[in-house]
Amino acid sequence: MATETHGAEGHGEGGGLVFHPMDQFIVEPLFGYGEVGMFTITNVTLWLFLAVLAIAGLMVVGTSKRAIVPTRSQSIAELAYGFVHKMVEDVTGKDGLVYFPYIMTLFLFIVFANFLGLIPMSFTTTSHFAVTVVLALAVFLTVTILGFLKNGASFLELFWVSSAPLPLRPILAVIELISYFVRPVSHSIRLAGNVMAGHAVIKVFAGFAAIAAISPISVLAITAMYGLEVLVAFIQAYVFTILTCVYLKDALHPHH
Amino acid sequence: MATEPITKEVAGTCVDAGGSALGMPQLCFDWWGNQIFWLVIALVAIYFILARIALPRIASVLAERQGTIMNDIAAAEDLKRKAEEAEKAYDKALADARAEAQTIAQKARDEIKADLDDAMARADAEIAAKAAESEKAISDIRASAMESVEVVARDTAEAIVTALGGKADAAAISDAVTNRMKG
Repeated sequence: MATETHGAEGHGEGGGLVFHPMDQFIVEPLFGYGEVGMFTITNVTLWLFLAVLAIAGLMVVGTSKRAIVPTRSQSIAELAYGFVHKMVEDVTGKDGLVYFPYIMTLFLFIVFANFLGLIPMSFTTTSHFAVTVVLALAVFLTVTILGFLKNGASFLELFWVSSAPLPLRPILAVIELISYFVRPVSHSIRLAGNVMAGHAVIKVFAGFAAIAAISPISVLAITAMYGLEVLVAFIQAYVFTILTCVYLKDALHPHH
Repeated sequence: MATEPITKEVAGTCVDAGGSALGMPQLCFDWWGNQIFWLVIALVAIYFILARIALPRIASVLAERQGTIMNDIAAAEDLKRKAEEAEKAYDKALADARAEAQTIAQKARDEIKADLDDAMARADAEIAAKAAESEKAISDIRASAMESVEVVARDTAEAIVTALGGKADAAAISDAVTNRMKG
């Protein structure tokens, strides 16, 4: 076996089917081999950098003409702007628009990371819990701190459901509190889980392509999964963003 | 198999000797530090690119477009109003011209009528004068003719009477002729 076979699906000895659907998620140094330290330039670095580059390309280079009648790329940039801007305004209200740049950052990063991850042989940064947990925790901490800063102790009324009968309120408070702390967990696992699962399934189907009899079905299945993944790539970014908006709304207006 | 993957083995506890993942690479915490470090850098970079350059630019472009559209609509409204005004002015001018034409025509008609009346009156007077003159001439002629008839009648009567062997009494004949003439 040659060294290059590392990471290729279905490699193994004796011609048996061996799947390595998770190999695509391995973090490795970009130049040479060795320990992955904190500051090592890895494939993660490369694909994060490409995401930044793509975002800058669309949002800065694409809009550089500042045309009244927009060009194609400027149109897309304006569409993304309008999409997120409207989402923030609709969900959190006018006072939430201060946080629009943060939410736009999250949305664009996730969208671009997801779609870059759909390029064959690429590395999907958003399929890693390390990435999504940081994103979700950042949202969770920001929202919680902001809630207390804006509302003081009355932010805790978020957990005290005043519309419920009095005896039920302590029980509901416990449930609300648990659900509040589960938020970052579900927030992060939803994104990484969806992306990772789709990519792994595609790899599994790709492994089956080694058998000639099944390979047409395998190719069809990969195509179908890829289509689904394109949807998932956008929908998960949208879901992550709109949940961020909903959490932000709780912080700004805890009394519903 | 034993020689090549040596380089891989140093990758850590998350990769097996063949370079394949052991379990989920997502849960390999050896790699988290690296991912988080670069992620934070990427997010900060994206945030500054968006907040400093892209978002204000797009916002200004959108506002400018909104302004342009508003201005264009206002200008269109203005032009429409102007067109309406111009139409109104045109209609008014048309009506004025029509009225003026009417007065001019009326005036001309009146003048012509006055001239005509004048000429008619003059002609009438002339005709009347001529008629009176003619009448006088006729009556003169008639009178003179009557006289002549009387004279002729008297002369004739006298001649007849004389011819019949009578003695013509001038006075009697004259009376008789006058009586006959009356009758």
